[in-house]
Amino acid sequence: MGLKALDYETLNENVKKVQYAVRGELYLRASELQKEGKKIIFTNVGNPHALGQKPLTFPRQVVALCQAPFLLDDPNVGLLFPADAIARAKHYLSLTSGGLGAYSDSRGIPGVRKEVAEFIERRDGYPSDPELIFLTDGASKGVMQILNCILRGQGDGILVPVPQYPLYSATISLLGGSLVPYYLEESANWGLDIDNLRESVAQARFKGITVRAMVIINPGNPTGQCLSEANLREILNFCYQENLVLLGDEVYQQNIYQDERPFISARKVLMDMGAPISKEVQLVSFHTVSKGYWGECGQRGGYFEMTNLSPQTVDEIYKIASIALSPNVPAQIFMGLMVNPLKPGDISYEQFVRESQGILESLRRRARLMTDGFNSCKNVVCNFTEGAMYSFPQIRLPPKAMEAAKKAGKVPDVFYCLKLLEATGISTVPGSGFGQKEGVFHLRTTILPAEEDMPAIMSSFKKFNDEFMDQYEDNWNHSRM
Amino acid sequence: MEWVTIVDPPPSTTFYAEYQNTGPGSTVDQRIKWADYRSSIPEADAGKFTVKDEQQGGWIRMYPLPGADMRRFVIGSARNLLHRSHQNSLFQRPLLSSSYRLLSSSPSADPSSSSSSTMAHPVALNNINPKVLECEYAVRGEIVTLAQKLQEEIKAKPESHPFEEILYCNIGNPQSLGQQPITFFREVLALCDHPAILDKSETQGLFSADSIERAWQILDQIPGRATGAYSHSQGVKGLRDAIAAGIEARDGFPADPNDIFLTDGASPAVHMMMQLLIRSEKDGILCPIPQYPLYSASIALHGGSLVPYYLDEATGWGLEVSELKKQLETARSKGITVRALVVINPGNPTGQLLAEENQKAIVEFCKQEGLVLLADEVYQENVYVPEKKFHSFKKVSRSMGYGEKDISLVSFQSVSKGYYGECGKRGGYMEVTGFGADVREQIYKVASVNLCSNISGQILASLVMSPPKVGDESYESYSAERDGILSSLARRAKTLEDAFNKLEGVKCNKAEGAMYLFPRIELPEKAIKAAEAAKKAPDAYYCQRLLTATGIVFVPGSGFGQVPGTWHFRCTILPQEEKIPSVVSRLTDFHKSFMDEFRGLV
Repeated sequence: MGLKALDYETLNENVKKVQYAVRGELYLRASELQKEGKKIIFTNVGNPHALGQKPLTFPRQVVALCQAPFLLDDPNVGLLFPADAIARAKHYLSLTSGGLGAYSDSRGIPGVRKEVAEFIERRDGYPSDPELIFLTDGASKGVMQILNCILRGQGDGILVPVPQYPLYSATISLLGGSLVPYYLEESANWGLDIDNLRESVAQARFKGITVRAMVIINPGNPTGQCLSEANLREILNFCYQENLVLLGDEVYQQNIYQDERPFISARKVLMDMGAPISKEVQLVSFHTVSKGYWGECGQRGGYFEMTNLSPQTVDEIYKIASIALSPNVPAQIFMGLMVNPLKPGDISYEQFVRESQGILESLRRRARLMTDGFNSCKNVVCNFTEGAMYSFPQIRLPPKAMEAAKKAGKVPDVFYCLKLLEATGISTVPGSGFGQKEGVFHLRTTILPAEEDMPAIMSSFKKFNDEFMDQYEDNWNHSRM
Repeated sequence: MEWVTIVDPPPSTTFYAEYQNTGPGSTVDQRIKWADYRSSIPEADAGKFTVKDEQQGGWIRMYPLPGADMRRFVIGSARNLLHRSHQNSLFQRPLLSSSYRLLSSSPSADPSSSSSSTMAHPVALNNINPKVLECEYAVRGEIVTLAQKLQEEIKAKPESHPFEEILYCNIGNPQSLGQQPITFFREVLALCDHPAILDKSETQGLFSADSIERAWQILDQIPGRATGAYSHSQGVKGLRDAIAAGIEARDGFPADPNDIFLTDGASPAVHMMMQLLIRSEKDGILCPIPQYPLYSASIALHGGSLVPYYLDEATGWGLEVSELKKQLETARSKGITVRALVVINPGNPTGQLLAEENQKAIVEFCKQEGLVLLADEVYQENVYVPEKKFHSFKKVSRSMGYGEKDISLVSFQSVSKGYYGECGKRGGYMEVTGFGADVREQIYKVASVNLCSNISGQILASLVMSPPKVGDESYESYSAERDGILSSLARRAKTLEDAFNKLEGVKCNKAEGAMYLFPRIELPEKAIKAAEAAKKAPDAYYCQRLLTATGIVFVPGSGFGQVPGTWHFRCTILPQEEKIPSVVSRLTDFHKSFMDEFRGLV
């Protein structure tokens, strides 16, 4: 019959609508160039190990032993593995039912969820219930599960910060819901303005959209800001008034590069606020093993914690989790190790502290190097990266550059980033992939290239940028004088 | 009008839908899966209808307002349509107020305001995605929850039940029942997880030489040797190369690594394909009945229609193309666009292995009707009959001379099954052939939203498709472990099958493959009545009684679908061999007393 079973035209429209810039046009072009033998500096994904960050030794020892439990009976195991890694491997194996090769409870291994709950309690000073913690294959899976439960159709909206991490926009379009943007204020260090939020909700309602949830990313991705306690209070109050679930993406909670605003969880602020708000506002918080000084992206480990959700709703989320059977077990062990780290006195403690502090301090220096580097460039301004793993400089493109982009059929920031890639091998993500105010352009880089490479990368960026600006700028500057 | 003539089967002029139902029975998870049934409709659609006459057996008939869709519209209430024997629940009345909401609601009304609590939570049972409410997943359903409860009770008080442990025969999770992993695979995984020890001399004392060599090979294929980094969203290229080579060796036809998408187990791959294929409830997917509930759940979650085709129990769960044709026509006559055919081979829960001739007819059918063939081949290594062999659909279609342009085929494979049974690793892949580059790009995009699948699972997927070869240091221990597991599974399948066939009123087909038996049970009329009184499907009732009496966990057939009026249960063949005799004797004793209890006239 010559009937093609699956043509592009007949695909689910929601799938076609999805945009996911982190692995989009720039990334594909970079991969091509790499194949041609060009040296590419991938700063497009927060993927630390890919850029040379070494994994922490202790967790890798423990997971290797869990993978090969027969080693535990070998009299020579002590030659390769320290006693505390052996003890910890036995501990985690005892929490599983059948080792790493058996499906766990669909919500994750109960013993690991208990360790997560204890971590949350230590962090926030309020008890946490392991029954309300679900382990997931990375935080992304958790976000997808929760949004899947919330969104019923186009009429349901989710408040998402702009700029945002495109997981949110992509998932909302896949699930056929509506993204309701609220803009972060770049001139106020990517601050979150409540009036602005109100305005966004009012506009969405006017369009007939039922706003159901609000996403915050703290520390911000791609914007790097840390929310203050006062700001979190305002947000929670707002969610209370507007009856919104708060989805707290807190995957960068270990990545803090200043001392004025330490990380504070939305859950702690909520509990501090007391009744009725602490009993009413529904909150889902997300965490991962992919970020922090762990950076174990390839493991796909994460969790979410639910607050103030009814048991029936939790059951429905459990059902959705159970269709995927269970999150991968090695990553659950990584999560256990992350939330229950070594203590002073443990054999491997000193090495662990040395490694983790080394990574964090270097990231802090790199955040500074990068922001300063951007701010030394022509027509580039960049807020300081207070946390997370990214810089998000604004690139002020001259009109002639915009014209050239238009001619090339590209969005101006895509045009700029492609040129940057071709000239320097630096693979970034254009700001349009995250959303930005109209007529304003950005790019996102991670702060993850090795510290020793950083000065060369920044000077190669500066050279490209300043030449680019000179090339497209001549008349522009004069006309402004 | 008679109730039965209206609803069963629904005439094409009628469809069933529910709109903002609340109250007892308003959950939709037990509703029948008609192609024409919608668990919810948008307000805009509901507004096009009005009530004209009385309720019909719990449903309210609605008629279109002038200018609206001309089909009649029936708004639902609280009826359990899945189990027809539940006559008592058929006439449960809806809460009238809920139905009248349709008439009084204004376009701007917030659905969450229908909650009865003082302050409606933004996320509550009455306002979460109805597709979530609708899907069911029996393998981890009510019976399992009960089993976990009993286990806790035994732990707290060992004497509290007439058995010492719960025997989980509900889920294909071999290592949770004591199956040991393949040593070579685990050696390689451990080394890849902790590459720092690879060049230490002590390592050679603890690991086999070929596992060290293989770990080096794999690490060299991962950029920066970083097993802690996100990979390409399709999976590490070098690992896909190994898998493609494995497929080629298996089939004798080439495989392209770019057609392979590594996933966290096979389930996310199935979801991805459903997401791609299903645009609305007008899109249908042909699924076997009985089926593995991943399919029904995934179709429900993505808002499509399951188009059932029945496997023929009398011919060993045969798959007849005439049945496929019939069901396809029926679905089309209802306005359903059938997009794909799911075939599970070897079958889950039914354990049959398709004959090559049968597979050819299925390929031909898909080609002619323009259907995507979704081939669930996760049990390809689990074959227990020497006279039959597993043939992949890719091999069958290529051997018929059909290439990329002729048929769209997706083959799913997993590290969770086979002799390896590494469920906890969540490794798997799909091989996608016969799609345009533009479609593949869309699959890639969807995969990229989740960044990548876990690296351990990816490595393991490459290992199961390229295990040690003759001559490798680990070959002998590897093949001894593999054959030991497979031959033991074959013996267990046979022992359980024989035991089932000895039970009164039970008939069990042979498990030619996979990990399950799916015996049919004739329940006495009195047992069916007792089940009704307990508000359970008869097979669920039987399984629950079995569990509380013996600690054995089976999944009722109703979780997989079955010919109406027949009852089954699914039992895995996975308890360790030394435990099988005790399973058999506990089951036999229970069954006898159950039948004794319910024998005789009502």
